[in-house]
Amino acid sequence: MLTRLREMHSPLAWGLVAGAGLLIAALPALGLPEYLVPQFGKFLCFGIAALAMDLVWGYAGILSLGHGLFFALGGYSMGMYLMRSIAGEGVYRSQLPDFMVFLDWKQLPWYWNGFQSFGFAAVMSLVVPGALAFVFGWFAFRSRIRGVYFSIVTQALTYAATLLFFQNATGFGGNNGLTDFKRILGAPLHDPTTRKTLYLVSAIALLATYFVCRFVVTSRLGRVLTAVRDGELKTRFCGYESTHYKVFVWTLSAMLCGLAGALYVPQVGIINPSEMQPSNSIEMAIWVAVGGRGTLLGAVLGAWLVAGGKSWLTAAIPSAWLYALGALFVIVTLFLPRGIVGLGPKLRPVFDTVVARLRRPVKAT
Amino acid sequence: MSATATTPPIMEDERPTPIVPIHVPDSALPDGPRLDATAPDDTTLPDLGRRPYVLWVEDLSVSFDGFKALNGVTLELETGELRCLIGPNGAGKTTLMDVITGKTRPDTGGVFLDRRENDLTKLSECRIAELGVGRKFQRPTVFQGHSVYENCELALRGRKGVWSTLFRRRTPAERDRIQEILKIIGLAEHAARPAGLLAHGQKQWLEIGMLLAQDPKVLLVDEPVAGMTHAEMERTAELLRSLAGRHTIVVVEHDMEFVRSIARRVTVLHEGRVLADGPMAEVQADPRVVEVYLGE
Repeated sequence: MLTRLREMHSPLAWGLVAGAGLLIAALPALGLPEYLVPQFGKFLCFGIAALAMDLVWGYAGILSLGHGLFFALGGYSMGMYLMRSIAGEGVYRSQLPDFMVFLDWKQLPWYWNGFQSFGFAAVMSLVVPGALAFVFGWFAFRSRIRGVYFSIVTQALTYAATLLFFQNATGFGGNNGLTDFKRILGAPLHDPTTRKTLYLVSAIALLATYFVCRFVVTSRLGRVLTAVRDGELKTRFCGYESTHYKVFVWTLSAMLCGLAGALYVPQVGIINPSEMQPSNSIEMAIWVAVGGRGTLLGAVLGAWLVAGGKSWLTAAIPSAWLYALGALFVIVTLFLPRGIVGLGPKLRPVFDTVVARLRRPVKAT
Repeated sequence: MSATATTPPIMEDERPTPIVPIHVPDSALPDGPRLDATAPDDTTLPDLGRRPYVLWVEDLSVSFDGFKALNGVTLELETGELRCLIGPNGAGKTTLMDVITGKTRPDTGGVFLDRRENDLTKLSECRIAELGVGRKFQRPTVFQGHSVYENCELALRGRKGVWSTLFRRRTPAERDRIQEILKIIGLAEHAARPAGLLAHGQKQWLEIGMLLAQDPKVLLVDEPVAGMTHAEMERTAELLRSLAGRHTIVVVEHDMEFVRSIARRVTVLHEGRVLADGPMAEVQADPRVVEVYLGE
């Protein structure tokens, strides 16, 4: 076990990871303004989604443009629990969610059964995206759909899901989605303590996700994944059934994305079909591209930078965001193919020369 | 039968008629009469000194859009032999390799490993690799981003399922085996380097090393010396010769000097057919071979 940990990181790197984790977890205690706590909690969820995205794209070379779907499915599962936990307290004082009363439905659709339990909803937020990903991935990878074709199919999948969830008849609140949540496990959602707890849980989930991803990419399986990315046919000739590997990492990634979505919804208070829109999935790909594909740290940093930039810019100059995003994508593609993390090695010689220059006078004296 | 006790049953069932430049008769088709397990054994074919076949190809035909890339090819490989496969461009050499490794499916015919039940034309690439057929491609295809050591490790024989690669670590014996292979191919001191940084010849050796790691019964080596310097070529010849015996090796090569330096037996393909088959000297003297190939 200890050797396995040592394979994952050097002691120094483990120290840094633990330090960063502690710092993030302690932010609310260190004076992060209360109104920013859910905002930062959201970023933590994005970090989890970015790790999931990086796992499939950065390591296995599968560019998904439909990860927003898995994220939203996790979110909807949690949203369904939050909806059911306020039965009888809606505008219509009905046991059904308000939108169902509005549609004149008399009873809950069968697939809403079980979601009154938090545990069930939490499990479903992993199982539903995972099962969908498994079935979809199995057929797609077995048919050897890859590259840009695969990306387009994932994009179509999430778009189709958006249209489906927009329908009132689907039973998930249509356009408006699920909202008006009041409490989670009995704790009021607007209470600062609940918010801080959710933030802390997200931080722990992010660290756990990082741990899982790191475990995967430093295992032999991780090396097989990168081998599949770099030369799938050769990997098959080496005796690896690449389809199994791709289905595995694809499903794992979808489940992690579902986890992110489930943590995201109670913090933002709403889930609707716009979360599944293709643009959201593309944004996830941009996080990873900006941060640096194939580096876990880069994915998280990229997510924070881009999502943070979006939060700030859409408030400051709302019309400029899409231009900024486009420009960012062009700049990264042209100049930073390895993302921000790739800057490190590039800046190293510059850093060294600067250090050398600074030292020279000292030597001269 | 007492004979079964002394000779592997494979031999008796699968002793095909010797083929030299031929048209394959219908009786040689799969399910033909000679496949009968009760057929008389060695006595009808007094071919002493022959070792059992490890891999044989029967009446293989492949066509692409009407073009017959392979046209009734039949070929047998004895255990441990070093066979060279030559022929002009478009003769079907690479297609034959593709069929054996499962990349291309034939129209008719079969490829068998060890016994008749192992029809490779019905198996997937990775299953074939697992059964013991390794292949080196024409262009060196090593994993550029992985280190030399990791390349060998990826190829190493063993369990290759998702769970075992996720949770099982390499045993010391396996790590020793990798080091041993790195020594054989002369890349031990480059173990930690990314394979992408190796010289061309070193990449070719690494790929041969990866084949060795798979510990295959049959090694298919496609143009191992293309683009190599003379010295590298000599080392490669030495390497292949040293591996024959323990492994059965098929080398596809254009460089006749190289073929001469390693070949014991040569098969010439031409327009999808086996044109000639025999010792190098004999094949070289064959007027038809001279006409289509060597005489050019």
